[in-house]
Amino acid sequence: MVELDGVSYCIGQKWIVHDVNLKIESGEFWMFAGPNGAGKSTLLRLISGELSPQKGKIRLFGHDIHVYSPQELARIRAYLQQKREVNFPFLASEIVLLGRHPHLNGAKETPKDWAIARKSMEQVEADDFAERLYTTLSGGEASRVDLARILAQEPQLLLLDEPTNHLDPRHQVRILQLCRSIAESGKSVIAAIHDLNLAAMYADKVLMLREGNAVAIGTPETVLTPRQLESVYDLPFETLHTSSGRTLITPLTPTPQ
Amino acid sequence: MQNRTNILLILAGLLPISLCIAAGIGAYQILPWRIPRILLFHEDGFEVLIYVRFPRIILSAIVGAVLAISGATLQGIFRNPLADPGLIGVTAGAGLGAAFWIVLVGSGFLGIWGVPIAAFTGGILVTIGVWKIAQTHERVPTVTLLLAGIVLNSFAGAGIGLMTFLADEEQLRSLTFWLLGGFGGATWRAIAVTLPIAVIGAVVLFRLARALNAMSLGESEAYHLGVSTESLKRWAVFGVALIVGAAVSAAGGIGFVGLIVPHLLRLMGGADHRYVLPGSALGGAILLVSADLFARTVAIPAELPVGVVTALLGGPFFLWLLLRFKKEVAYG
Repeated sequence: MVELDGVSYCIGQKWIVHDVNLKIESGEFWMFAGPNGAGKSTLLRLISGELSPQKGKIRLFGHDIHVYSPQELARIRAYLQQKREVNFPFLASEIVLLGRHPHLNGAKETPKDWAIARKSMEQVEADDFAERLYTTLSGGEASRVDLARILAQEPQLLLLDEPTNHLDPRHQVRILQLCRSIAESGKSVIAAIHDLNLAAMYADKVLMLREGNAVAIGTPETVLTPRQLESVYDLPFETLHTSSGRTLITPLTPTPQ
Repeated sequence: MQNRTNILLILAGLLPISLCIAAGIGAYQILPWRIPRILLFHEDGFEVLIYVRFPRIILSAIVGAVLAISGATLQGIFRNPLADPGLIGVTAGAGLGAAFWIVLVGSGFLGIWGVPIAAFTGGILVTIGVWKIAQTHERVPTVTLLLAGIVLNSFAGAGIGLMTFLADEEQLRSLTFWLLGGFGGATWRAIAVTLPIAVIGAVVLFRLARALNAMSLGESEAYHLGVSTESLKRWAVFGVALIVGAAVSAAGGIGFVGLIVPHLLRLMGGADHRYVLPGSALGGAILLVSADLFARTVAIPAELPVGVVTALLGGPFFLWLLLRFKKEVAYG
């Protein structure tokens, strides 16, 4: 579904993403992890087609990404941005309905489009504030509205830049479970994420980035090890085994005196 | 959504009413409901209506609609409710073109068409300049577009200042009058030139409405939703330059209509550009017809420049907008 072959991207003299090779199949839920500035967002934007790599090739569904028009891309992949700023008084439901834009070809929305938008809002529990102004929503509520917009786009590939940002634990879990079930229905989900335990809980595969380089690729068990994490974050980690049988990863901080 | 349809219908009803009232009031009073009779039976007042009032109110309606649509479009492109049509340099460029013609060429060449043609050309040229300056190898970033607009606006302003300095008494008077804007010289011929350009431009801009909605989320979100953002910006900027250039050539620089009207529409019915653009067209027409009515009747037989009236209305409104915006920034 997504193939990256030696993809590199630089700004000025600095390589933001360097020689990344990756093959993502349909039905997989991937997480991109790594420190701030490791290139997670840039890699997502490269896969979305917004940025073009200076070196290497990106193929989506077997075709070079350049053959797709912006509209064709928008029908197969959706992208959730980290930051948002809307200055005009749009209703939350109108923002979600914008997800239908690539499918409409300039025509007016049909009841079917409204139904899709409504269902997307229910999936992320955003239907309660559908008729509120987007600009008045809290950070977490606005995040869920944006996610509903991504879902309304009905993409085959979801690119989510920190989808759990601003969300309370209940909605973090709910959103990741939703991503999981979307992946299980045969689509692909890629999420950049900082919470390593959530990553370990839901992801099929993890890509660990550091300074633009892919330092580890594999299942959460093989990538999210204390040794690997220490080399990436310059911080010691340890694993804890809970009574319910789960394994948690936590940074080892010096005990306060 | 029903609400929006109603607002558009009400505005569509108010426009002909405001046109009839404006046609009736003036140094020679005509009762609005007698207008059809006068036109049909060539009664007293026929000449006043046909040769004086109608060209004037129709031109002011066209210019008002054009300025308001352009304001709404640029606010959408720049994602900023404080943007106005002057931002891309077209108004200042037209002013410079007109000033150049009035002071250095004079009325001998091209007759009455000289100044409008010079203004239109100046507006388009400066907009192209803004676009070229802002352009990087494959994109035109909105921020640079804004900055290039500011730079060329101040250049054009300096040029106008220089022309003012070089002008003699007579030229200074016509230059000042032109820059303030007005419909005193409105003719059917001016309408025949302005109307087709306005209609074509408005059709172009209306077609961008939903893409502008996507743009409200941000340029990169709009791209991810399938909008070709570079082409959207190009159509919007040159659509606006075309119709504002035509409007300014016909009536001089009239400020604040493009700023106020879209904002009022958003306050009434929300931000969907498929409603804001046509609503602004109607609202802008009504506002400018009313402002011109006020300008020509408040001190009969003298006439205030209509640009002064809109600025008097617009100044306080702008201030209110700014205070409101400031609050949102502070507590947002």
